[in-house]
Amino acid sequence: MGDEPAQGPDDRSDFDQRLAAARSRAGLDKPAGKSAEQDKGPNPFSVATRLGAEMVASLVVAVAIGYGLDRLFHSAPWFMIGFVPIGAAAGLRNVFRAMGPGDKD
Amino acid sequence: MAQESGINALGQFQLTTGFGAFGKAIEFTNSNEMMLLAAVIVTSLFVVALRQRALVPGRMQGLAEISYEFVHNMVLDTIGEEGKRFFPFVFTLFAFILIGNILGLFPYFFAFTSHIAITGALALFVFALSTLVGFWYHGIGFLKFFSPPGVPGWLLPLLIPIEIVSFLSRPISLSVRLFANITAGHVMWEVFAGFMLMLVSGLGAVGVVAAIIPLGLNIALTALEFLVAFLQAYVFAILTCLYLHDAIHMH
Repeated sequence: MGDEPAQGPDDRSDFDQRLAAARSRAGLDKPAGKSAEQDKGPNPFSVATRLGAEMVASLVVAVAIGYGLDRLFHSAPWFMIGFVPIGAAAGLRNVFRAMGPGDKD
Repeated sequence: MAQESGINALGQFQLTTGFGAFGKAIEFTNSNEMMLLAAVIVTSLFVVALRQRALVPGRMQGLAEISYEFVHNMVLDTIGEEGKRFFPFVFTLFAFILIGNILGLFPYFFAFTSHIAITGALALFVFALSTLVGFWYHGIGFLKFFSPPGVPGWLLPLLIPIEIVSFLSRPISLSVRLFANITAGHVMWEVFAGFMLMLVSGLGAVGVVAAIIPLGLNIALTALEFLVAFLQAYVFAILTCLYLHDAIHMH
């Protein structure tokens, strides 16, 4: 263990050279560059499963808040009526934040 | 109809007790059993894989290094430099959900991520953590998160409730997405398998031939379920990173 670092760098550069040679022989370097390019965009399937839940979730929250406030102040259905459009807008806001321009993705 | 013919697509999500009489006494469920198994698998995988510390990694060490680098890059890309201190949290979450999803795909195993109690608890923990991190970094100034920059003042009474509702919807969308995807996949499996039994018992020899169609669908579904198992763990982890990014950098 103790004397490994002494001969380590020598070994390692030799290994890197052999790895690079083997990679170019197998034609691995070109696909590696391509897949790095592909990684930039998010997976379309994962985006699709994200967006559906985003819209529904904020509507659920808005209805829950409206219902709770109505029960608290005995004012049914006014808080619910007020909060449902807010929830819909928040759902659109979520989708826009996830997909819209100006953000990193 | 489904009940009469003995096919109950939701029966697979029923909790029973595991570990025999001892498990019954302390109400240790089959869901707990799978969670424990997932934790043991993740831990032992890394202990065994990283024992050798070879310069040229073998298969197990390669697996460990690839998953480490995958999550490490995700955390750095999404959160930035500060994200490094959240890496253990995100990695634990990702590995636990991924192994849980995959274990649930095996016959006779239980998919604990198909219960909203589990996904909800995980999502609420992420939500509480990201909120606390926001207040930790910005103090009371984190409340400015709810007023988007560059907006005229008269719009604020409308926009602030929208931003608050949008913020509160995070744990719900996070938990429902994971739970719904896993549950839907397992129910579809069982329904198609039930079709096969119904065809064979109802049509005899013709039914045996016709049952090839739902069998083929189930095989295709298996491939899809493996994709979904990975993808939902990935989406959960990357959204955790996004929420932490929002908490640290505000917008």
